[in-house]
Amino acid sequence: MTAQLLLVQVLNGLQLGILLFLVAAGLTLVFGVMDFINLAHGVQYMLGAYLGAWLAAAAGSFWWGLLLALPAALAAGLVLEVLVFRHLYARDHLSQVLATFGVILFLNEGVKLLWGASPLQVPIPPLLAGGIEIMPGLQYPIYRIAVLAAGIATAGGLWFLVDRTRAGMLVRAGATNAAMVSALGVDIGRLFTMVFAFGAMLAGFAGVLAGPIFSVEPGMGDNVLILAFVVIVIGGIGSIRGAFLAALLVGLIDTLGKSLMPDVMRLFLDASPARQTGAALASMLVYIAMAAILAFRPAGLFPVRAG
Amino acid sequence: MVGIGRRGLLGTTTALLAAPSILHAQPAGGVKIGVVAVQTGPQAALGNQLKEGFALGLRHLDGKLGGLTAETVLIDDELKPDVGVTKVRAALERDKVDFIVGVVFSNILAAIIRPVTESGTFLISTNAGPSTFAGRGCNPNFFTTSYNNDQVHSVIGQACEDAGYKRVFVMVPNYQAGRDAVAGFKSRFKGEVVDEVFVPLTQLDFSAELAKIAAARPDAIFTFMPGGLGVNLVRQYRQAGLQTIPFLSTFTVDEATLPAQGDAALGFYSAASWAPNMDNPQNVKFVADYIAAHNAVPATYAAQAYDAAMLLDSAIRKVGGNLAGKDALRAAIKAADFRSVRGPFSFGVNHYPVQDFWLLKVGRRADGKLETQTDRKIFTNAVDPWAAECRMR
Repeated sequence: MTAQLLLVQVLNGLQLGILLFLVAAGLTLVFGVMDFINLAHGVQYMLGAYLGAWLAAAAGSFWWGLLLALPAALAAGLVLEVLVFRHLYARDHLSQVLATFGVILFLNEGVKLLWGASPLQVPIPPLLAGGIEIMPGLQYPIYRIAVLAAGIATAGGLWFLVDRTRAGMLVRAGATNAAMVSALGVDIGRLFTMVFAFGAMLAGFAGVLAGPIFSVEPGMGDNVLILAFVVIVIGGIGSIRGAFLAALLVGLIDTLGKSLMPDVMRLFLDASPARQTGAALASMLVYIAMAAILAFRPAGLFPVRAG
Repeated sequence: MVGIGRRGLLGTTTALLAAPSILHAQPAGGVKIGVVAVQTGPQAALGNQLKEGFALGLRHLDGKLGGLTAETVLIDDELKPDVGVTKVRAALERDKVDFIVGVVFSNILAAIIRPVTESGTFLISTNAGPSTFAGRGCNPNFFTTSYNNDQVHSVIGQACEDAGYKRVFVMVPNYQAGRDAVAGFKSRFKGEVVDEVFVPLTQLDFSAELAKIAAARPDAIFTFMPGGLGVNLVRQYRQAGLQTIPFLSTFTVDEATLPAQGDAALGFYSAASWAPNMDNPQNVKFVADYIAAHNAVPATYAAQAYDAAMLLDSAIRKVGGNLAGKDALRAAIKAADFRSVRGPFSFGVNHYPVQDFWLLKVGRRADGKLETQTDRKIFTNAVDPWAAECRMR
């Protein structure tokens, strides 16, 4: 592997990490602040992608689709919160997992009924079409650079919101000790609803951005959800900073693992078994890394909760 | 494909709602067909094509098979072998179906083949064609109107050989069907396989693999990426500007995925024994009526199911509507005395088709829709490679 290819793969890894961060950011807020396990976060990502695809097709422009999908995703989050999740905050994690799992089943079938089982097409907006040649014969799509920028901007915005504003202060306080915040006169129920809807919008935003790159289909959120959970567990539940670094780490480990593991295995095995075991090991690497990190830091890299 | 297994109840309900034909009363002297088509999860699109293809065949036959009024029972296997077996058993014992038709995925076929054939019922697979039942495991009560999976992959191997490609890059998902695809490809391709990349079935982003392809600079790539994987790959391949490297694939670009892949798939290659643009009267009628009914171009799943309806019609007609004489009925099916939408069609000793295979290229139809179109014929009257091992004569 040449240095150039390695560099390209590092870039690819960072970009996968940014995409994961967009999904994980909302999840870590909801989990951290409300101690609420929301398996349905993945379908909110899917819902965002579908709303974006549908509205973009209806309005004839990706940008209108993006602009309209965000409030739509926010509204969908609010509806879900009021109808389902609100009744689960006081329950134990098992009830939450069961109920949010039910929401996954319901919404996965729901989008199928509304939009059909076949994947939808979302074209890249003309403004961001084309690519930059980063190595001979390989274009790096401008759209992906835009997604990178959007992800970094979101990370910066979230950091500002959580670390520098009054609402963010309440969110952080809620994550550390919800009962105390409530005792100080903050309407914790409303705070939870806000955080939840905001998290749903972030997931929807990630979904809309993913539309032109990935296949928009029922169940598209399920794979992403698993990786997003890995990210927030490594990063420390509730920590935006942790989620950002963990997402980059997971993206890098996954991408570099996939490109290097088969070559590494060649040192020990014949070509054909090396490729297969290398590929199998590479898909496990992220989870091995998670286990290793948790062995040394059981609360993740940047634990939020005291004690 | 994490979520496939969990939608049991809901999926069944929607499937029942979607199949009002079940409710119709069955007149005496009719024939009952169990249609196994996945209706749950992301792969439901394929099951729908299968179901609608068979239904269109029945419509063209005025709802009759060989003169007998036909009734269909839709069976949603939910892409879970255990669920498939339970529902198929119910169809056999409770609904007393005379034939089982359909099945998209090989693992479902493997689960139901024994319960169906041991009950003396004929099983006509319209898509799944694993080599398991083509050689020593061939079965007198099992027929398929599709192909042996291995053959499709070997078509691309031969096509690469014919095109004079010396270095080909191979990329498949890391599971049994993926490894079979590589083996099928290599059975014909004698040049250098630059690299074989195995990706997880849950792969989202192909950036890392695309960079590898660009670095390897092969003459062509061979890939097998079914469903959503193929949608992701095709779009990202085009976005990465790699389309100067010929893209040869199996089950990756077809009419089920083309609406989502869009123009990104134009000029990409696939392989099959049928394509929508084949110019014979029965195919022209089939494709036109399918598009009129669904505003979508049919894929092989629909075409092969349509053929199954025509096959059953011919067989039942041949035995004069007598479904009890199994040996005569078997001989009548084996005769394959019908006009296939793919042109020449007959059954080999193992009840797998003997047919032509084509290299297909994605192109645009006159109505603006995308479809796979015949590029050139690769195999003529091909017998599948396992037929010799079948001891059924």
